[in-house]
Amino acid sequence: MSAHNIEIALAVAAVALLGLDAFVPTLKRDIIPKLSIGLVGLALLAMFFAKGDTPAYLASYYRIDSIAMFYKVFALVATLAALIIAREADPVIAHFTGTEGPSTRIAEFYILPLIVCVGLMWMASAQDLISVFVPLELVTVTFYVLVAFARRSAVSLEAGVKYLILGALSTGILVYGIAWIYGATGSMTFAGIAKAVGAASTSKSALIVGAALLLAGLGFKVAAAPFHVWVPDVYQGAPTPVTAFLSVGSKAGAFIVLTRAVQALTATGSQISGEVQTTLLWSGVITILFGSLAAITQTQIKRLLGYSSISHAGFILLALAAGDSARFGISSEGVVAFYLATYLPMTMLGFLLLAVLRSQGVAEELSQLQGLSKRSPGMAFALAVAFASLAGLPLTAGFIGKMLVFLAAVDKGWYGAVGLAVVGAAAGFYYYFRPILAAYSAGKPEDTALRWSLPAKATAAVLVLAIVTLGVYPKALQSALKQNIVLTSAGK
Amino acid sequence: MSLLEIIILLPLLGAALIGFGAPARLVGRSVALINLLLGGAALALLQQGKTLASSRVVLDTPKIAFSVGLDGLSAIMLLLTVLVTLAAIWQIIDKPAIYYTASLLISGGALGAFLSTDLFFMYGFHELALIPTLLMIAIHGHGDATTRRGIAWKITVYLGVGSLILLAGLAALVIYIGQGATFDLGYLTQAAANVKLPAATQGWIFFILLIGFGTLVSLFPMHSWAAPAYASAPTPVAMLHAGVLKKFGLYGLIKVALPLLPLGAKLEWVQNALLLMLVGNIIVIGLVTIHQDRLDTLLGNSSVMHMGYLFLGLAAGSQIALNGVVLLMFAHGISIALLFAICGKLRNQLGTLQFDKLGGLAANAPFLSLMFAFGAFASIGLPGLANFAGEVMVFVGTFDPSVGSLTSGLKNIHWATIFGLWGVVMSAVYMLRAYRKLFFGKPSSGLFMSDLVSSQRLPFVLLAVVLLVAGCYPGFLTGLIHGMFVTAAN
Repeated sequence: MSAHNIEIALAVAAVALLGLDAFVPTLKRDIIPKLSIGLVGLALLAMFFAKGDTPAYLASYYRIDSIAMFYKVFALVATLAALIIAREADPVIAHFTGTEGPSTRIAEFYILPLIVCVGLMWMASAQDLISVFVPLELVTVTFYVLVAFARRSAVSLEAGVKYLILGALSTGILVYGIAWIYGATGSMTFAGIAKAVGAASTSKSALIVGAALLLAGLGFKVAAAPFHVWVPDVYQGAPTPVTAFLSVGSKAGAFIVLTRAVQALTATGSQISGEVQTTLLWSGVITILFGSLAAITQTQIKRLLGYSSISHAGFILLALAAGDSARFGISSEGVVAFYLATYLPMTMLGFLLLAVLRSQGVAEELSQLQGLSKRSPGMAFALAVAFASLAGLPLTAGFIGKMLVFLAAVDKGWYGAVGLAVVGAAAGFYYYFRPILAAYSAGKPEDTALRWSLPAKATAAVLVLAIVTLGVYPKALQSALKQNIVLTSAGK
Repeated sequence: MSLLEIIILLPLLGAALIGFGAPARLVGRSVALINLLLGGAALALLQQGKTLASSRVVLDTPKIAFSVGLDGLSAIMLLLTVLVTLAAIWQIIDKPAIYYTASLLISGGALGAFLSTDLFFMYGFHELALIPTLLMIAIHGHGDATTRRGIAWKITVYLGVGSLILLAGLAALVIYIGQGATFDLGYLTQAAANVKLPAATQGWIFFILLIGFGTLVSLFPMHSWAAPAYASAPTPVAMLHAGVLKKFGLYGLIKVALPLLPLGAKLEWVQNALLLMLVGNIIVIGLVTIHQDRLDTLLGNSSVMHMGYLFLGLAAGSQIALNGVVLLMFAHGISIALLFAICGKLRNQLGTLQFDKLGGLAANAPFLSLMFAFGAFASIGLPGLANFAGEVMVFVGTFDPSVGSLTSGLKNIHWATIFGLWGVVMSAVYMLRAYRKLFFGKPSSGLFMSDLVSSQRLPFVLLAVVLLVAGCYPGFLTGLIHGMFVTAAN
């Protein structure tokens, strides 16, 4: 079975589930969530047996290469985690969706993520700006629904409107950029663009306009400065599982496209590699600084994670800007992929804990975490691991990603940029440790013990294990994927 | 799994077990005892000429491996760590389990940092202490909540930023000496001889490492986190941090910076900057220490001040001075841990450490008084106790011909030594005064100090005996590092 069949099957399954929900009103409430999780799990399992060959009839705009395989697995893992978080957040979502009392049917909430997942998997293989655009829209439009899903919550609606308007605007900019690139290069495919950017007949100014618009449009999606302003509000307002999915899945999807676009625009002999590189570099540095410095004063944890997501995007942009580093034998796409692979478990773990806490009446405020270590030592420990890793503490996953970015940037001789990035990382020691300190502080005497469901506990254990394993034995990621894409540039 | 790996992982495993609800006291004490025995065994094997190194590759490009190894220097640090860990764990009485978890994490992190021979893990293990220290000072520390939170954040941010600077320096080593290929210290040390970086490049990398490692050792003027943090930290944390973990910065400079960047350390501007800073440690902090009116801040500051001697030996770089530095690192770790342990006992029972409220404690607590004498006299540098040998070697080492000829007058480093000698006088002033005010004179009214019960005496006796043995027979320790710094000196 080839990998593309899995995403086709998943799309069919999503539609079938929607039909099931619509036409079988007697269905028990938790059937669809379970089916949905089971299907994603099955798809994930199938990916490990899938062949990575591209069918000929798709070849002009769709290719399954090793990096595409990585992002397809990534999308499935992120979807699975988001669905598990959704199960934990179920009572809260139901509370905010029903017109009179809690809603009894919110099955779409578990089906729409499958559609996002299909979009992300397609994006991973897209070789053409049109075949990038369609799944990108599939993902974004589905997220419009998901972000505003808790329709009786004013903040969710506000987040939905903000995301809709800014998302539509960024799509417009992206399409305009695609048009300019096509006008300048005469090609829609990445391969064609890569060939044309070096040709003397290509107009440099048209290329620059096209590249700037393209980068701006994608910058919105990955939350790169100066297009990051929507992130904190949307992250805070959206239901927790959606925020988690948005910050991991949607970001990764945008980064795979950005990676391929940057590779095409800076192909050997390109007239604009310098401009693209400088733009990415400074956008990355400003993103890191903005994300980290603004996070310092946050007391709302979802918002804090929003700023954290901005700052992490900055580090990935820096890796993209730095390009391949022959000295360390690391490729830019490898570092981006690796960074995202470390970003997934720590971010998902953070949001999972928030969902579990919220379902037991603990709001997402720093002060509410006090006494957590007494109420549930396991949760407090998982929270400590997640935030320590987000801060980039050594021996956790977060450190390896940051270190590789620093090494690639130092190899380029960007000492100033690295210095500023270090300022951002240092600020992280403060704002990421605050939740940990709160969790281990003494609570109120009337605090009761907190419980968490077995799936949540098991997922948290897997994520903690993943964070520590990636931190002390990063080779595991390469071994697990059985492919050499992750770090070596030699295999390209 | 090799012996060294077990020594590193045992405390971490113990901490995890306690986290899962195992009886904290039992696990904590057994781990500390077993590690003392294993540490002794490792030392014995090393003396028989066995190599205990082992290595596991954890990443192929760039190559990172979990490599451990034991040489004389790391063996001395290992001995220091297991001794202080045992004494620190024994200080925990009727406290929540997090005391044990935090102590074991700090201890395991220190062991990992000292035994790793790969820069990645050397660096990584040291950072393990960051969160436990923050939590222990902020939540279980002494003093009022707002102040100790401020202190806890200060140490976290200082050490966090210091270690990021250090990371930059280590990255420079990997790039310029290792050509990006590896983080392995052994490989880098060999490569350094062939690569022959220009002195100017070596100079600035050394300086970055000096600032990075120096922050961790409270080198003046990056010292201000240390004294308040030690004063307000719970006793076992203060003992482990001041006694063991702080030495990692010096260990790193001796093990990484000096052999890899021999020319950088000798560069005039680097030397002068270092001398200026270390004189700051000795004189400025010495005067600050004399001014203290309570035991905990006095000990905290004195520990910062004594780092000045260690940096002086490092600046001299002669074989005898470096031997002295290693000896003094060990001696200082033991003596400060002993003093902080006594400080904890006094605070527990008396509730105050203010000198003007206390006095005459020796009448009812002769054992504690004797132990304090060991710690205080060692820290002044009284002959017969461990610190003396180290200090003498450092001071003498600065006049070694390899440092500079005296025929053309005194060099800057000799002036620094002369200032440093005044530090010994200052130590005597504040330590003896503290001893007199606490244990002799008019007994404090309403405050009664009973002596330790015999089961609690063991760790104190252990540390005091080590001070005495190392003071009378320092050859045991210097024998371990014999010949290690010959090349560094040339």
